[in-house]
Amino acid sequence: MSVVEKPPRVDALPSPPSVIAQRRRARLRAMLGSEYLLYAASIAGMIVLWHVVSTTFFKPQFFPSPAVVFTAAVEMLRSRELFEHIGISLQRILTGFVLGSAFAAPMGLLMGSIRKVRVIFDPYTQFFRFVPSIAWLTPVVLWFGIGEVSKVLIIIYTTTFIVLINTMVGVANIPPNKLRAAASLGATPVKAFFHVTLPATLPFILTGMRLAMGNSFATVVAAEMIAADTGLGYLIFNSRLWMATDKIFIGIVCLGALGLITDRFFRYLIVRFAHQYGPIE
Amino acid sequence: MRLTSPDFLVARDVGFGYPAKGRATPPAVLAGFDLAMTEGELFCLLGPSGCGKTTVLNLLAGFLTPTGGTLTLDGRPIAGPGVDRAVVFQSDDSLFGWLRSIDNVAFGPRMAGVPRDRRNAVAREYLKLVHLDGQEDKYPGELSGGMKQRVQIARVLANDPKILLMDEPFGALDAQTRTRLQDELVDIWGKTRKTIFFITHDIAEAVLLADRIGVMTQGPAARLREIIPVTLARPRRRGSPGFGEMWERINALIEDDAATESLT
Repeated sequence: MSVVEKPPRVDALPSPPSVIAQRRRARLRAMLGSEYLLYAASIAGMIVLWHVVSTTFFKPQFFPSPAVVFTAAVEMLRSRELFEHIGISLQRILTGFVLGSAFAAPMGLLMGSIRKVRVIFDPYTQFFRFVPSIAWLTPVVLWFGIGEVSKVLIIIYTTTFIVLINTMVGVANIPPNKLRAAASLGATPVKAFFHVTLPATLPFILTGMRLAMGNSFATVVAAEMIAADTGLGYLIFNSRLWMATDKIFIGIVCLGALGLITDRFFRYLIVRFAHQYGPIE
Repeated sequence: MRLTSPDFLVARDVGFGYPAKGRATPPAVLAGFDLAMTEGELFCLLGPSGCGKTTVLNLLAGFLTPTGGTLTLDGRPIAGPGVDRAVVFQSDDSLFGWLRSIDNVAFGPRMAGVPRDRRNAVAREYLKLVHLDGQEDKYPGELSGGMKQRVQIARVLANDPKILLMDEPFGALDAQTRTRLQDELVDIWGKTRKTIFFITHDIAEAVLLADRIGVMTQGPAARLREIIPVTLARPRRRGSPGFGEMWERINALIEDDAATESLT
């Protein structure tokens, strides 16, 4: 990371670090600020469309209008029930996502950098990445019970392969000249790994993590539908039994909104702290 | 010009071929390649695209290992990449995009364990030498093509190598920038007295820069066909007396070679 240090300069030029900070802020503003209104209008438009379609073509029990869902949501917020579902789902997602990424990124770096490691672990990667996490639900519950461990393990699993493969692709994409330059500038293989391979791969790792975040949301719902008595997945599945479509829609809206917010936050982190590591979007 | 004995960089009977499946002896890219460079000289290796110039550089840099012959620098055999030989690549993808230009230049000293203050001072000095003072905090992505090549040059100089290996470093630049950088390179060479091995396929560039020009034969199994000393006074201009004759002479040599090749 670019530690902005003050060089001992005495000339009258404007100090470069402040210029860089200014540029960075401008870039952030351009990305987040100027299109903010359009963004909000787009969301508002979607709610209007939802209202029109649901009240024109459907019975309220089949497709509740935004107002109905909103009223029910206020009720659930007041009883704190919704907070509980959101909190527990988020906790499961984040725990699994963080642990999965923390395992997969170093593993992907090693597999990408060291041929022997790649040869040993490649069959497992290629085999398990085609087995969706939901297929593991029953065995995992049998082995680890229906507690939090099972759900977190399932999310670790779903995170791992996406981050791992993206990281490996990142390592494979490092221009050979970068590593050659480092070697002839005196970098030992270990130093080259930390000073070139790792930073050059970072954009790929972050992109893999963003994708994995989406899969974690999908997976937590599946896990909670089958083996849980809390969480947004449980809320959606359990409401089905009572034909409480308004609550189902609360669950759906919460999932989408949480996903959108976490993704925005992730993008913000990438732009704020890692833009110079490589172009991302 | 300082002319010491021509045994600073020596390639003797060097051969190289990329391993190919189902062949005991790989097809030769280079065969019987001989070269002897003097310390402090600016040597240009000239030849048509695909003749194996970059292979020679990769062997000298230690990125590749010869399949035959010997390579020595200052009496010591070349084995693998080393800090005594620094490479300026044609493509700027060799710069570290996540480091500011000053940190790119300070990379070599950093690997050698030089403390931050000292290596930054060294980096600043060399950025100044390549006329990039004021650009210390820019990332490579924020610099123009010519500036990036300057960063590359500063980066290798900051590591104080015995020889600079330059692989068509100005090949991807626009004509004006290229001309300026050629002049500046001669200037830097004059100031630092570094030995420079410079690859190009541009005859005018070679005549402008070199003490001696080594013309390669067309591949495969390429070798050095002839070495031509360039005795034109410096600083040289494309319009300098003798420049055109020199250009014609080398061009004739290359065309002659191409003609012979197409006959056989």
